[in-house]
Amino acid sequence: MIEAELSRSVARWCPGATGVAGVARLSGGASQETWRFDIVHPDGPIGAILRRSPKGYGAAPTRAAGLGAEAQLMQLAYEAGVPSPRVMHVLVPDDNLGTGFIMQRVEGETIARKILRDDEFAATRPLLARQIGEVLAKLHGLPRDKLPELRSRSATEEIAEFERDYRSLDWPKPVFELALRWLRDHDPGPSAETTLVHGDFRNGNLIIGADGVRAVLDWELAHLGDPMEDLGWVCVNSWRFGEIDKPVGGFGSREELFAGYEAAGRKVDPSRVKFWEVMGTLRWGIMCGGMMQRFRESPDHSMERAMIGRRASETEIDLLRLLVPRGS
Amino acid sequence: MQDEPTPIELTKSVADFLRNDIAPLISGHQAFKLRVAINILDLVTRQLTLEEGSDAAEVGRLRALLGMDGSVTDLNRALVERIAKGEVDLATPGLAEHLWATTMDKLAVDQPNYASYKRELGRGG
Repeated sequence: MIEAELSRSVARWCPGATGVAGVARLSGGASQETWRFDIVHPDGPIGAILRRSPKGYGAAPTRAAGLGAEAQLMQLAYEAGVPSPRVMHVLVPDDNLGTGFIMQRVEGETIARKILRDDEFAATRPLLARQIGEVLAKLHGLPRDKLPELRSRSATEEIAEFERDYRSLDWPKPVFELALRWLRDHDPGPSAETTLVHGDFRNGNLIIGADGVRAVLDWELAHLGDPMEDLGWVCVNSWRFGEIDKPVGGFGSREELFAGYEAAGRKVDPSRVKFWEVMGTLRWGIMCGGMMQRFRESPDHSMERAMIGRRASETEIDLLRLLVPRGS
Repeated sequence: MQDEPTPIELTKSVADFLRNDIAPLISGHQAFKLRVAINILDLVTRQLTLEEGSDAAEVGRLRALLGMDGSVTDLNRALVERIAKGEVDLATPGLAEHLWATTMDKLAVDQPNYASYKRELGRGG
């Protein structure tokens, strides 16, 4: 069992550790798993998280940076003062745990609806839009020469890739077609600066505590590109969870986000942010279509996947609200 | 002609049974999956109720917009092709209104509680 392997692993790299306890699987599909556990230690238990691909699932999907790169990025982010868990150990073959890494467990909430509704976050919510701007500025400032090897995507390449994904679904959607045309017509060209882009920075991938953002998670879509992509993605309506008048994750305004970003010494280009928000909305819509396709073609007939397929229309109404607002 | 109760009535009776009698007995991950299952049956009930009317209206708008006839699928394929080629765009009279009406009808089936939908419904446009 995984307990035995984890116990052997921690004994090797965590001085004083005598074993592990409370091992529980949190989430993940067939190719990537997340587990929580405590390292048993004379000074008291140490909360830890394992992210891994089990043996035999080594090949990452094309868009993913890979668990090795993810671990390196989280460690770099931690060292640069971006809220991030400390990486404690990168798995080696002797661990017999597959590929991946073990990181410090950060306490807090990740469930977006709880963060947006629960009283315990009432005083925190108004701070988050600005804080997210500050965090993103730091993240985009990570030194290029220290980054692991990452795929690089311009806006033009990204549009072409989404168009391919959409056409492969054979799913005639006039609103998506219109959005693709809008994107091609408004392609801002190469950005003045290419930086690290997190790629999935949004409400749901952040650990939030009373003091605000405690950790940025899910770095698997990290790449090099236009830093404005992250600012647009965090504003996509799907990540506002009903708080549609607060574009930044349902927390606050674009002005607060931009102010936090610029206070940290970086420049915002609002028209590029809007471009990436439209792109992000379409991206989630096409991903919903992918879920529908996987529901049809894979043997497990997951009801959840089927219903995510039926959420594509949410992105259609949001695209219309962005591109052809009514009453204006 | 098939006998009654109608599919709408049958589906709704199953959804109500699961919601009222079974959901209170179940917890944890199975309760989550049961909620998803009930949501699916509710969606199917809404689609069975609304689809005929919304498809007829959509076909009517598409025929006027494209100047051709066909099934709702054929007409949507034709519209998509014309948008892709740039022959139809937001300057084309009726396109924006058509896309709004069609999308609102889809949300009425898929996610009637989606906040953007409720906001637009409130506009009454």
